[in-house]
Amino acid sequence: MPLSKKEWLALEKKAFELRKLCMNTTAWAGSGHIGGGMSVMDLLTVLYHKYLNIKVEDPKWEDRDRFILSKGHAAIAYAPVLCDKGFNDPEMLKTFNLSGSKMGMHLDSNKVVGVDASTGSLGHGVSIAAGTALAARILGKDFLTYVVTGDGELGEGSNWEGFMTINHYQLSNCIVFIDRNHCMIDGPTEEVMKLEPLADKMTAFGFNTVTIDGNNIGALCDAIDAAIERSKEKCAPTCIIMDTKKGAGIKDIEGDYHCHYMALDDATFDKYMKELEEDYNSRVARAEKEGK
Amino acid sequence: MAGGFVYNAIDQTEVATAEIYGKALADIILKDPKVVAITADLAKSTKLGDVLKVCPERVINVGIAEQDMFGVAAGMAKAGCIPFLSGFSAFTSMRACDQLHTDICYQNVNAKIIATHAGTSFGQAGSTHHAIVDLAITRAMPNLTVIVPADGMETANAVNAAYNNFGPYYIRINRGFDRVLYQNMDYGFEVGKAVEINPGTDITVIACGSCVFQAKQAAEFLDNADGLKVRVLNMHTIKPIDKEAIVKAVMDTRRIITVEDHSVIGGLGSAVSEVVVEAGKACAFKMLGHPDKFAPIGLHEDIMAEVGIDANGIIAAVREVMHKDFEEDDNWDDEF
Repeated sequence: MPLSKKEWLALEKKAFELRKLCMNTTAWAGSGHIGGGMSVMDLLTVLYHKYLNIKVEDPKWEDRDRFILSKGHAAIAYAPVLCDKGFNDPEMLKTFNLSGSKMGMHLDSNKVVGVDASTGSLGHGVSIAAGTALAARILGKDFLTYVVTGDGELGEGSNWEGFMTINHYQLSNCIVFIDRNHCMIDGPTEEVMKLEPLADKMTAFGFNTVTIDGNNIGALCDAIDAAIERSKEKCAPTCIIMDTKKGAGIKDIEGDYHCHYMALDDATFDKYMKELEEDYNSRVARAEKEGK
Repeated sequence: MAGGFVYNAIDQTEVATAEIYGKALADIILKDPKVVAITADLAKSTKLGDVLKVCPERVINVGIAEQDMFGVAAGMAKAGCIPFLSGFSAFTSMRACDQLHTDICYQNVNAKIIATHAGTSFGQAGSTHHAIVDLAITRAMPNLTVIVPADGMETANAVNAAYNNFGPYYIRINRGFDRVLYQNMDYGFEVGKAVEINPGTDITVIACGSCVFQAKQAAEFLDNADGLKVRVLNMHTIKPIDKEAIVKAVMDTRRIITVEDHSVIGGLGSAVSEVVVEAGKACAFKMLGHPDKFAPIGLHEDIMAEVGIDANGIIAAVREVMHKDFEEDDNWDDEF
């Protein structure tokens, strides 16, 4: 269903709230992977508040859609989403990263409710997603699998093994997202290890590849709608390359690879929260203008 | 005996051990629509022929990509399937080590790994295809049950046990034919419980895999030649290891030899020694296995002979240990 202006605005509001919750979680934890968390937050928001067919009251429901955060270090964004959704007590966020917590820097699917795969070691999610999508075919189920990798993460060769499997078995019921925030720990991706031409690579690996602004909820929803439409038939799978900004929403750090992992002092925290609000206001203006 | 899959010694003499696996899996896959076989371009080598005959749609080949195989298996298990992965032990333990650790064991999924071409059973292929460190790796992985069957019948039992019990299993079997130890499947196989192959009170030889048959031969020879009563334990389950049987062997025989087609670092010998040391009862102890170096190239039986893990090697080790008692009397009370 096309995104209405009302729904777009509601999703922007939710993404804004979740970004703030991510900031708070970082403050409670003392530090966190803010950069990659913020770049993928719009995707997490639209998946958990528009697309995923899941039941909060029955988190292990066998016919549920699956979501796999291959870039597991974005847990600082994912944990707030899962708590806000009702899978886990939001109070748990106050223990994130702390000794004895169920929520570590990378989420454990056996400890945190709603997590479909324990990730953190990069380059694992794509193959796991291929597995859940293959299982759906074998078991005769129509659930979808969504998986998101980082862009720097694509240096792990195992991703490309997984892409080959998704293509070989024409797993159009598995929708692949790449969070193309152009940054790695040590610098810009094109300096550390060249990825481009990434879209051509994915196309060459058999994917129906689209590149969109991954920090634009309207564009994200259009791309996901099209991928879901394709998933109804066994055909070439879809890869959505999300052109994003590391630290998206916080002007001070947007696009700067140094924001991969940060600790926040009080003044910085206040400044970033203010910038998030300004970003939200501009996003609302965009939704008002572009929404239908 | 759980399950309805029955094989006998005739099967073993006519088919390779891995083919018994294939037959056992074919039986399982026919009765359970959730079971799938996954391989990385080794459907033929790991003997999935029977599975392909009865249910080709549930044989997933991911190509030469072991890491992907493990990830796919984890995903399938998470979504309700029971995947049986098969590949060469060298690659299931090392090439996909992170995936085994993180996707399979950490998540504690119901996936079963059939690691073929174990130890030096693919001896001519050289060290790239020898698996003499896989037990050290897999034994250290939480949640993983590690089984080294001694022959075809035991492989069938292990596969059935893996199917009937939830959780990740690593079953390590040899390439080609194994010497027949068991005439049928009905000898009381139980995960985590050693099987006494030969009774004895002078010394205990604890073996796994292809070394069990060799230990049995050695025990028979030593009984005839030296009048020694050698207890032989088939320690088919490396983890969880049968502590009770080990401590009983220490108390009863006070001399222990372990033998395995694996490095002496981290495998069966290490596992047994940990139990012995923790038990606090000193005993004469010797580990037979590959020394801390890469194995030679050759036929499996030739490598086993060279390394000293065949019957002759075990006989020599028993005679050595019998003459190197840590003390002369059999009085426990004067020991710590």
